[in-house]
Amino acid sequence: MIATRDAYGQALLELGRENERIVALDADLSGSTKTGLFAREFPGRFFNAGIAEANMVGMAAGLAAGGMIPFASTFAVFAAGRAFEQIRQSVAYPRMNVKIVATHGGITVGEDGGSHQSVEDLAIMRALPNMTVLCPADGPETTAAIRAAAAFAGPVFIRLGRSKVPIVFTDGAADFRIGRGSVLRPGTDLTFITTGMMSAQALAAAAILQEENISARVLHLGTVKPLDVDLVLQAARETGAVVTAEEHSVIGGLGGAVCETLAEGFPVPVERVGLRDVFGVSGLAEELLIHFGLTPSHLVEAAERVLLRK
Amino acid sequence: MLATEAVRELEDTARHLRVEILKMLNTAKSGHTGGSLSAIDVLTVLFFHQMRHDPSNPRWEERDRFVLSKGHAAPALYACLAQAGYFSRDDLKTLRRLGSHLQGHPDMNKTPGVEVCTGSLGQGLSQAVGLALAARLQGRSSRTYVLLGDGEVQEGQIWEAAMAAAHYGLDRLCVVLDANALQIDGEVAKVMNVAPLGPKFLAFNWQVLEVDGHDVQAIARAFAEAEQTEGRPTMIIARTVKGKGVPFFEHKASYHGVPPSDDELGRALEHLGHS
Repeated sequence: MIATRDAYGQALLELGRENERIVALDADLSGSTKTGLFAREFPGRFFNAGIAEANMVGMAAGLAAGGMIPFASTFAVFAAGRAFEQIRQSVAYPRMNVKIVATHGGITVGEDGGSHQSVEDLAIMRALPNMTVLCPADGPETTAAIRAAAAFAGPVFIRLGRSKVPIVFTDGAADFRIGRGSVLRPGTDLTFITTGMMSAQALAAAAILQEENISARVLHLGTVKPLDVDLVLQAARETGAVVTAEEHSVIGGLGGAVCETLAEGFPVPVERVGLRDVFGVSGLAEELLIHFGLTPSHLVEAAERVLLRK
Repeated sequence: MLATEAVRELEDTARHLRVEILKMLNTAKSGHTGGSLSAIDVLTVLFFHQMRHDPSNPRWEERDRFVLSKGHAAPALYACLAQAGYFSRDDLKTLRRLGSHLQGHPDMNKTPGVEVCTGSLGQGLSQAVGLALAARLQGRSSRTYVLLGDGEVQEGQIWEAAMAAAHYGLDRLCVVLDANALQIDGEVAKVMNVAPLGPKFLAFNWQVLEVDGHDVQAIARAFAEAEQTEGRPTMIIARTVKGKGVPFFEHKASYHGVPPSDDELGRALEHLGHS
């Protein structure tokens, strides 16, 4: 178990050692986003914007225009929300080489409550032209995603979480590619299409369904945009039913992207698991997963519902 | 001090660029006249006296950078870039047309000589802070210049960036505030008063200079003073007249986003001694 933000802090530090064009920015949350690791070793390449996310994103854009590779971090709710228009105008529109690493995505932020739990960032960022959106499942995939983002020329939004999550990519996610999904478990009766920490939940759900002789595929999409259309359509064709799951609103994020793709390409019954158009609340992360219906048993119920519609 | 001859040359260039701005706006049939004319003397001094740049090599590493934060004054920037030789003067006729590299607001990926994308007000200064930081990290002596509008400083992000520029001691960052006192809805002082500007930036630990923004000698002197300043960024408050150079456009908020009609163009060119 490791939090994706911890994997980020370590990956950024290593990138910093390899490439002096890497710089980091934060908005007074470097202890939480883990850019503090980089800041300690490379104080000259770390810029704390203070509690001023709009300016942080603008400075990152200027640093990129000047030839650096900036990683700018804050909580997802402030990155995609407070600094949205700066990301739009100064980063996405000019296709600036800026990496926005947004930690504390979703409800597993926990006790801080709805003001700090971003349930809409994937939808907002996905709507921006030129933007690539990553949402890794675990620590190893985060490391791979951060390295891939650094090597990729253009804007990337990477959504990470606060809480420790199980390791899904026990092989180290060595073959991570931006835009390519990963079939974590084969299956023929339905497919869980998932992103972020919900992929581990889907693996647990698939194991439960196996007991009922239901064969569930798990397709993890570490890249929400560009969507791996081939693997999504293949899953629909081969299993005939889909359950999407994300630690995010069911509107506009992974579920929205999958439904758009299937509606145009190969319509099959879909159930979307996520927050049903509501904000988060305070509580322990594990309590909130139950409260908002994001546990393996909720995924099993969604699978049973979708199979009835097949 | 600029020699008398140099002053006359810059004034001639600025007069010619006013003609170019008016013609391109008239051809485009949309765009921002008032704020382009208020800024053109400052831009003329920047592009034809102050900045190190090479139009034959727009990506030259050691060049000074210019950020037009008030992106709606794009016609003024395009006139300078064409005059400097970044692209053909004929291109100015395509302003705002489908397929043109001259977008309504500056686009770094389309127009040679444009450093960043601006247009949404309040964002250019932050980008300039980033550019100045990058130059410092890379050990380049490049200076970064910015043009802000006085209405634009109503945006909160300007003050975030002003804080950061001083915090990082960016003495190679020099900002000109085109203080023409008007914005779309009327007088800046009535829409949302930003005065006193000088004391505000002084309080943010900037060096503050005030000049007549249509006096090329005074503008050049302010840039020279900014170059000598160490440890803090410089804010040059340029007192300007919106629509400057065309009497019937001057001091009028109504010409903020309106191009000259054919009749107005004819009268304006006559006034500028251009036939």
